[in-house]
Amino acid sequence: MAPHTEQLTRSAVRLRGLTRSFGGRTVLDGIDLDIPAGQFTALLGHSGSGKSTLLRAVAGLDHEVEGSGQLTAPERVSVVFQDSRLLPWRRVLDNVLLGTEGKEAAAKGREALAEVGLKGRERAWPSELSGGEAQRAALARSLVREPELLLADEPFGALDALTRIRMHGLLRELWERHRPSVLLVTHDVDEAVALAERVLVLEEGRIGVDVVIDRERPREEYREVLLGALGVTSDVR
Amino acid sequence: MSAVSSAVAAVTTSGSGAGTAVVAGTGEAGSQVRRRRRLSPGRRLPAAPLVGPALVLVLWAAASAAGRLDPAAVPAPWTVLRTGVHLWTDGTLPNDILTSVRRAASGFAIGLAGGVLLALAAGLSRVGEALIDGTVQLNRAIPALGLIPLFILWLGIGETFKVAIIAIVVYIPIYLNTHAALSGIDSRFVELAEVQGLSRFQFVRQIVIPGALPGFFVGLRLGVTGSWLGLVVLEQINATSGLGYLMFQAQNYGQSDVILVGLVVYGIFGLVSDSAVRLIERRVLSWRRTLSN
Repeated sequence: MAPHTEQLTRSAVRLRGLTRSFGGRTVLDGIDLDIPAGQFTALLGHSGSGKSTLLRAVAGLDHEVEGSGQLTAPERVSVVFQDSRLLPWRRVLDNVLLGTEGKEAAAKGREALAEVGLKGRERAWPSELSGGEAQRAALARSLVREPELLLADEPFGALDALTRIRMHGLLRELWERHRPSVLLVTHDVDEAVALAERVLVLEEGRIGVDVVIDRERPREEYREVLLGALGVTSDVR
Repeated sequence: MSAVSSAVAAVTTSGSGAGTAVVAGTGEAGSQVRRRRRLSPGRRLPAAPLVGPALVLVLWAAASAAGRLDPAAVPAPWTVLRTGVHLWTDGTLPNDILTSVRRAASGFAIGLAGGVLLALAAGLSRVGEALIDGTVQLNRAIPALGLIPLFILWLGIGETFKVAIIAIVVYIPIYLNTHAALSGIDSRFVELAEVQGLSRFQFVRQIVIPGALPGFFVGLRLGVTGSWLGLVVLEQINATSGLGYLMFQAQNYGQSDVILVGLVVYGIFGLVSDSAVRLIERRVLSWRRTLSN
């Protein structure tokens, strides 16, 4: 069984020797990682590299997974999944309010919807939303909880290229305004470099590369390094 | 990656250029475009569901009027109507209808409550599942109407045994469909509930039950049909009142018009109850309407 997530008053993620395995195959192999409060971190890796396993461990969603190690995460954690995961039988506002209670919550829910550009769609059914709108609603649902840590598991993976660019802008804007710690799992190097302050590459169950992104420097440099770490060489490209 | 995306951009640009040219071309030669042969059946006729039954009725009336039908075997529509009115005004028919509806309704209500409660118990707890599911599956293997002799021995030939048989016919499809829907809840929604910090009660009320409602309604409609089926069989085998008894008596005296009146009433029962369930279903599952549109 995975150890329980300890609760800290300080909003930061701290992993020590985090190990997870599935049926004898070690997916995470003793990971040490600290994410300072308010930092936007992106986690890159091939599919099957264990990046989702890491995110699920931090989210406390890895029931019945073998593992060991220490893990601390803030109390208020929100997760955005690849699919919007809106309940089809609840209207948009009620979806945003899932798990919250009280009158103030409703006002906050409306505010969050306005913030992601869905003002006026409170009474819509999820099936009436486009893919991008649904993902905005999912972002609003995670915002309402005023998270200290926002976990995002390839949140834009199912969106078309144009919508994805717009969502990048929105996520960055929301992060700048609310300043939660963000852990964004993605396989898109450009997305990671464009959004995050710090990029990690997960390889063979360990964190292979850990770079801080300086916005003054050309992104091209980071792309080369990160693609190299992912085993994509220029002649392959 | 940026090299790839700029190449894609270039292709898109030239592609849209070509697209414009093609649009201009069709604009000039627009009148020459020949419509494709249409393969779909086209627009639906007005009052489509009534056309067939109306035609049957007309043929029946025409054949009766022309004297082509033996009135002892197939009485004319107006004879059936007259018999119906007669049976109604002398109080026989309302009395029998009331008896039958009471039987079907009590059996249905008990079956519904039982099916839902058992499905909830089996669907929401592993202990409940272990105790209930196998037992119900076993019960399902025995046709409910096969239990009639045993139930007569246990409960006598009165109303209790009829209601009990109808309840068994009804609870099985309701249980099966509701239980399947409850245990088939999307694991992604379970994960979402965990992330959103829902309590077990909130999870059941806000996610499990709404998610299981479509399955429940499938079972409900099967249960309604089952209750009428059970009723017909029970009343024709061993009853001293009710619609089935009326028809059974009519068979002994060769009154085919009375039998037809009984069949029409059964038909109305079936139609009305099925429409009622559909109406409730449409209201409760209104979020689904947007999906099918």
